Amino acid sequence: MTRHSISGSVSPRFLLIACSAPAVAFFAAFWLLPAVMLIALPAREGWKTYFATFTDVLYLQSLLQTVGLSLLVTLATLLIGAIMGIAMARSRFTGRGLLLSLLTLPLSFPGVIIGFFIILVGGRQGVVADLSAALGMERITFAYGFWGLFLGYLYFSLPRAIASYTAAAEAMDAHLEEAARSLGARGWAVARDVWWPQLMPTTMACSAIVFATAIGAFGTAFTLSSKFEVLPISIYNEFTNYANFALAASLSISLGLITWLVLWLARRFAGPNASGV
Amino acid sequence: MWAVTLVVTAFMLAPMLLSILAGVVVNYSQGISSGFTTRWLLEVWTGYGNTVLMSLFIACACVVLALVLGVPCAYALARSRSAWARHFEELLTLPVAIPGLASALALLLAYGSVTHFRQSFAFILVGHVIFTLPFMVRMVGSAFRRQELVSLEEAARSLGAPFCQRFVGILIPAVLPAIVAACLMVFTLSVGEFNLTWMLHTPLTRTLPVGLADSYASMRLEIGSAYTIIFLIVILPVMWALQAIGHVIEKHYGK
Repeated sequence: MTRHSISGSVSPRFLLIACSAPAVAFFAAFWLLPAVMLIALPAREGWKTYFATFTDVLYLQSLLQTVGLSLLVTLATLLIGAIMGIAMARSRFTGRGLLLSLLTLPLSFPGVIIGFFIILVGGRQGVVADLSAALGMERITFAYGFWGLFLGYLYFSLPRAIASYTAAAEAMDAHLEEAARSLGARGWAVARDVWWPQLMPTTMACSAIVFATAIGAFGTAFTLSSKFEVLPISIYNEFTNYANFALAASLSISLGLITWLVLWLARRFAGPNASGV
Repeated sequence: MWAVTLVVTAFMLAPMLLSILAGVVVNYSQGISSGFTTRWLLEVWTGYGNTVLMSLFIACACVVLALVLGVPCAYALARSRSAWARHFEELLTLPVAIPGLASALALLLAYGSVTHFRQSFAFILVGHVIFTLPFMVRMVGSAFRRQELVSLEEAARSLGAPFCQRFVGILIPAVLPAIVAACLMVFTLSVGEFNLTWMLHTPLTRTLPVGLADSYASMRLEIGSAYTIIFLIVILPVMWALQAIGHVIEKHYGK
């Protein structure tokens, strides 16, 4: 440890450099250098490789499906999260704390577990298939296509949204709502004019994180995506099944750029809390 | 509003209960009527027990590395006014912002040919540290930036306290709650990390989530469910214990 040998008389600048040196060295060796290599790799196959995501119909479709799915998941998460957050913030019942902690528990689950949950519910031997068969219909399975992914991503992002919205709704100014109601505002008018502006910062931060997480989600997609291809799975397939490293790198760059852009925009408009860190 | 809350609560909790149930019944497709068994749990433990231990070990090592690298770095970034520091902080958070898959690919490209490194758990550990370091630096850094701490450190310095005395005696205790919270976060993220880990693992270096994916793909639903139960049994108590420790420290040192 070099730090301990430094005395109080050493220049502050040197001190700061010494403090940050280990982290800088580690980061440069294990992320910066690899990232530069990843960015340089597609060039070997020609500049066109960089645009494969947009020029190849297959990858473009995969990209559009990923973005579309992520958008839908984000909208659903925000809507449900806001409703639940307001409901949870306004209620006091026994077991409320327990319920909140149960609802936020999935934050620590790996994506594969959530994929497996969806298979248990909507897979070939799932509960829904058994129930629909018992009711005399054909066995309904939805786990391996669009709906499975949608529900899986929703499951993954709801805990974060519920937690943030509950905190935000608890901090809402009750007087504003009282005033609005006393002036005759009802239902939607209250939601639009009183709740919406106060929950706006949470909505911005949440939407960016949910969208960015959904776009890059690998674990859930890995267990569920067999009929609906998303970009992370395309990358994985190019890399492991076809050993097409340059293309995998190019697709990763596109995926990384989109995600980074979304988070950057959110931070630009919603402040530092939207960075996901 | 209450209807939505009820439906969502059912949607969130039902799969957990279903999974716990499926892991202890004899035959999932026959349901509870087939009777209960611990056979699947034992099978998972004999087949994948080491992945559980490795995950816990890697998570602990990840916390230690993130502390050693991250806390001094957080201090430096909090006190530095140079543009370089801002740029570095920006770069440091990129591994969180971009998908883990991309970081993992980059690591494989750069170090995949270094066989001993590639085939050891250190490879996965490095990936986890890259991913979790920004959380440590951000959370502890914002605690270091507090104005009263800057003045306190200034006072100690003017009284002649050398840097390591200030760091260990004043700065670390003052930001301890932030450090504990960050450690909890790093631990949780490392234990559940799959996106990077799946790309970085080899057949001999598997962590809990990797084993989970493996068992889901190749085994019966009962095995997968039993594995999920083991994840819940191992991870939840550790998290609750860490959270409890965090609360105690917060009480003692203030927020």
